[in-house]
Amino acid sequence: MGDAAVVAEAAPEHDPHATYTGLDNVKLAMWAFLGSECLFFGALISTYLLYKNKTEAGPKPHEIYDIPYTSVSSFVLLMSSLTMVLALAAIQRGDHARSRTWLMGTALLGCTFIGGQIYEFTTFVEEGLTLSTSPFGSAFFLLTGFHGAHVTIGILMLLSLVGLSLSGRLPQRDASKVEMVGLYWHFVDIVWIVIFTVVYLIP
Amino acid sequence: MTDHTANTPAHDGDDDVHEEHTHPSEGQYIKIAVILAVVTAAEVLVYYIPSLRPLLVPVLLAMAVVKFIMVALYFMHLKYDSRMFRRFFVLGVILSLAVFSVVLLTFSVLGSAGTG
Repeated sequence: MGDAAVVAEAAPEHDPHATYTGLDNVKLAMWAFLGSECLFFGALISTYLLYKNKTEAGPKPHEIYDIPYTSVSSFVLLMSSLTMVLALAAIQRGDHARSRTWLMGTALLGCTFIGGQIYEFTTFVEEGLTLSTSPFGSAFFLLTGFHGAHVTIGILMLLSLVGLSLSGRLPQRDASKVEMVGLYWHFVDIVWIVIFTVVYLIP
Repeated sequence: MTDHTANTPAHDGDDDVHEEHTHPSEGQYIKIAVILAVVTAAEVLVYYIPSLRPLLVPVLLAMAVVKFIMVALYFMHLKYDSRMFRRFFVLGVILSLAVFSVVLLTFSVLGSAGTG
């Protein structure tokens, strides 16, 4: 028997869903990506902690932070995690209409958060804190700006899912697509939990 | 027919890859969200109570950790999914905490010389 025949005999029957680990490779890659994102945001949070007292002539952190306002933003983002997980639960049981509703709800809550962040940034600039005012300003805008960029990317992914669902290209068997976007979205929420405490609440 | 799963070492009695699919119900998700909202409200409340100032940092950090873990376990399904996923994420978190603790300690030892 030739080598090719031996290989063909030993080769497993082709299963497009079979993986070496027995796990969904896309999901594994997403978790690896989220693990690496911890280091990315860890770097930005550390930079903020190092420079938060370097305010130069600009405003100090607790002169400009509006805690009640940011608390509402945090609540909005936290609730968007609930709508996201409800969207996943809906598509997993084949309820596409409800899944779209929850996905749209999540995107809307995300837009509310981003709108709030734009308003906050505008207020800070009016009060004299810009990216170049002080090391504190640079670190603050870099950290919260990158988080906002992540939320914006999440909103675009959510709207893409809604578009796919409306065009009938998001069947129940593709619920893992919603799950992947959901993992990303919850991660963004988790990062904000840390930012809200470390940046805004801890003096 | 070849049993291809037998060729994958991860299936040799290793339950690290065993994927559970018994996720919480919608009612449980809502309960978790309510707990998260209450903890957030408590964080803000603690921030405004002057008598808690000496304990502010540990209390706030503890509440943030509770929220972090709840979202990761229940909303991201780490409690129910394969332990392999949990390891990937926990590795990232631990690595991040370790590396940046060293960075912050280094700068605190160097004092203002490090950050200009």
